[in-house]
Amino acid sequence: MRTTMQEGLFENARYRIAGDRGLLVEYGDIIDAAVNSKVRSMAMVMEQDSPAGITEVIPTYRSLLIVYDPAITNPAKLQKTLKVREARLDEIMIPPPRTVEIPVCYGGEFGPDMAYVAESHNLTVEEVIELHCRPEYLIYMVGFTPGFPFLGGLCEKLHTPRLETPRTFVPEGSVGIANNQTGIYPVASPGGWQLIGRTPVKLFAPDRRNPFLYQAGDRIKFSPISVEEYARIFKQEQE
Amino acid sequence: MNAFSVLTPGGYTTIQDKGRYGYQQMGVPVSGVLDAFAFQAANLLVGNSKNAAGMEITVMGPRLEIGVAADIAVTGAEIGINLNDQPVAGWKSFGVKPGDILDIQQVKGGCRAYLAISGGIDVPEVMGSRSTYVGGKIGGFHGRALKAGDVIKCGEIKRLTRVRETPLDMIPAYPSEIAIRAIPGPQDDFFQEGLDIIFQSDFMVSTKADRMGYRLQGPKVELKKGMPKSIISEPTMPGGVQVPADEQPIILMVEQTVGGYTKIVTVISVDLPKVAQATPGDSIRFEKTSLETAHSLYQEQLKKLHDLEEILARQ
Repeated sequence: MRTTMQEGLFENARYRIAGDRGLLVEYGDIIDAAVNSKVRSMAMVMEQDSPAGITEVIPTYRSLLIVYDPAITNPAKLQKTLKVREARLDEIMIPPPRTVEIPVCYGGEFGPDMAYVAESHNLTVEEVIELHCRPEYLIYMVGFTPGFPFLGGLCEKLHTPRLETPRTFVPEGSVGIANNQTGIYPVASPGGWQLIGRTPVKLFAPDRRNPFLYQAGDRIKFSPISVEEYARIFKQEQE
Repeated sequence: MNAFSVLTPGGYTTIQDKGRYGYQQMGVPVSGVLDAFAFQAANLLVGNSKNAAGMEITVMGPRLEIGVAADIAVTGAEIGINLNDQPVAGWKSFGVKPGDILDIQQVKGGCRAYLAISGGIDVPEVMGSRSTYVGGKIGGFHGRALKAGDVIKCGEIKRLTRVRETPLDMIPAYPSEIAIRAIPGPQDDFFQEGLDIIFQSDFMVSTKADRMGYRLQGPKVELKKGMPKSIISEPTMPGGVQVPADEQPIILMVEQTVGGYTKIVTVISVDLPKVAQATPGDSIRFEKTSLETAHSLYQEQLKKLHDLEEILARQ
């Protein structure tokens, strides 16, 4: 029997109990733009019209975590209000995604794994840059560290496995590849992604009115810059 | 007002409050105190609102020079406290004056102690919280653990008129053999024998135990045959018991937002402080409980804190 409208997208949301303060709501079991769009739409609906007792709504690839205050609500009550909102999903206007352009200085000291990525795919460095800058990547989710975007839509020719041994220190702004994903490290942290470049733009600025430049559902487009431009923008961003 | 100068910082001392909420979807973890009951009790003991920022002390306490006349309380782990070389009791308020030396020693039971001072510790709020998140270099004192030479401010001081003391029967015990209650899920359906193993075995707290997670050692918690070793990355909750590829469980704490491993069970909120007070070598046993029980225990804990607030206000 066919139970899904589309492969991997659940017809009805599936609920999982995540302890005594969390309800996990799953809309599918694959990494897919349609599934992710449903997750984000629900997150937006929950934010606009928040039932009592909700502390946080966290959208990821294919699921939404509702964090609640058990003194006020519980999963049974939440499931009822969620179902009502799911039924109204089609009527709700979702603002169009924004595309954020991120300048990247590729290769050299900023992209220590660029040579490996190029060689392992029989590409020149220029070709890697061209292929990496071509798509507008969908931000499926933000997590791991503040503002780290998990981007889908990486060209198959660039798919590269993670490093066998993760680095203990990846500098702020590093742009990396892990299998079919690409992403940016907004803060320095340990990490195992193949690093191909670095952006001078401050992606996480806690003192800025909006500490972040994008959210899940927006799109990111990379544009190549020279070392000189990197230095110029970096200086601007630090002021 | 300069409340303290840090002479020695101790093992790992950070400024924390109840945590930073609303930014997990941007990858900013909740952070905040690990033992909320002990922290809130410390604030109530000095007459603060229960979530004023305080110090979270780990294993070894700091040595502080006091810069102000105020009331202080230290709660949580059993720990030696000396004021000008004279011992003072925990879970009880005491007055200090400029020039006093407060020396907090090494824990004798438990792992984390909490220090509250009149007016609360005054550091800038970052994204709605004063909690330190060292991984993101934000909050607390310059986004890091305290160092010698740091000068910490406090808010407006309102002195107590008499000493406040926690009733003995309200002070939690921090044994080295711990039973913690947990609810199956969110991915209990990925396990079969693994669930028996988790609820019937003793696990040992490893040396890899911090504010991000407590890695345990014990029998392997096996996934059902044919189940994938990882799942599509999803949000995580403090208390989630993650089973990574080596099948040795990790109890997630407050500095993680997403993860790609299954969570077999989730520790209930009121028992998270017990995990936070465990140290490497301690033994942990999981006991199965229901969501309904967890919610009524949560309400009981709220009532206990409310009762403590009333008892202390009457002293």
